Amino acid sequence: MKIAIPVNDMREEAEVCVSFGRAPYFLIYDTNSKEVVFSRNKAAEAQGGAGIKSAQAIVDEKAKVLLTVRCGQNAAEVFNAAEVKVYKTTKVTAKENIEAFEKGELALMTQFHAGFHGKA
Amino acid sequence: MKVAVLSGKGGTGKTFVSVNLAVTAKESIYIDCDVEEPNGRLFLKPKNIKKEEVFTLLPQFLGEKCIGCRKCVDFCRFNALGFIKNIPLVFSEVCHSCGGCAIVCPSGAISETKRPIGVVEDGFYKSVRVITGELNVGETSGVPVIRTALDRTPINENITVIDCPPGSACTVMESVEIADYCVLVAEATAFGLHNFQMVYELVSLLQKPCGVVINKADGSYSHLESFCKERNIPVFCRIPYKENLAQIGAKAGIAVEEDGEMKEQFSELLGKIKREVEK
Repeated sequence: MKIAIPVNDMREEAEVCVSFGRAPYFLIYDTNSKEVVFSRNKAAEAQGGAGIKSAQAIVDEKAKVLLTVRCGQNAAEVFNAAEVKVYKTTKVTAKENIEAFEKGELALMTQFHAGFHGKA
Repeated sequence: MKVAVLSGKGGTGKTFVSVNLAVTAKESIYIDCDVEEPNGRLFLKPKNIKKEEVFTLLPQFLGEKCIGCRKCVDFCRFNALGFIKNIPLVFSEVCHSCGGCAIVCPSGAISETKRPIGVVEDGFYKSVRVITGELNVGETSGVPVIRTALDRTPINENITVIDCPPGSACTVMESVEIADYCVLVAEATAFGLHNFQMVYELVSLLQKPCGVVINKADGSYSHLESFCKERNIPVFCRIPYKENLAQIGAKAGIAVEEDGEMKEQFSELLGKIKREVEK
């Protein structure tokens, strides 16, 4: 199973990015092969709809789980349709959060925020 | 001649200036483009109102025709589309109704449906035609309502006063685009100056000539005055911070009809704007 995490840097020890849709990179961890890959988030500089585009990218990576600080309502709708589970991170780095997730210490996210965008 | 009245922040006095200018001009058109909270009609109380509903277009997918090529998803620069489990997803609040997805779809799987987002009211207060754009609660983009409201202006009008939304975002640009002249309403405070500078920058970018009305001017604020002086922005008038004006406003009265000083000040203002436009 693949786990996705928005990160500030291309390192396993990188901090989890506080923004999901605008994160510069995504870390994708495969729980079977223990392999870690990084992908650049093409939506990071999007004019609008960054959450939707990022969520689509995570779904296309075939990740089944997302670990994130927070997540917007539009992205949540994409994840819901794709049956990707969203968990709230509790630690600073991606690596620590993966460990916590594997130990079953992370909880499913229950609060999804409205967009921060000043869309007019 | 079309005059847009704008300000960087709300509560500065756009509607106050717009309504009183329109009433002073007598044969005029007042258009409320502050579609999220149009309030010019509270003062003008227009009669014989005709309403027109405003729609926006939203893509609709014919599932059986979709071949899953995702061209629409890739095309959408607003990222309003997703494609999950072979089913296209539309985020209506993110969609800008450009229709591009329907054009790029190679299999004719996308048609556009109308979605109501607001109304435009058209009526009269004496000889002032009062057009009000009103966006439905919960909608995110007022631009289509503003466009519909502005479309109602005839070509040979005497004077049209456009009461703009606050700020300097898309809805303001849409409201200002057809204007021949911009009147910037500013408050004589540090906060007022900061917001004024933002709209000044916007109208300069749009290459619109502009002048300033300083409202609630309790004495002079030198930073604002010198900002205008250095850039040769004409300061048309300074409206005093008077209890009487607040009282007239609170009972939804029109200042130029109830206050002699205001009547004089606004006819001078109208004359100055006309001369600037003719320059």
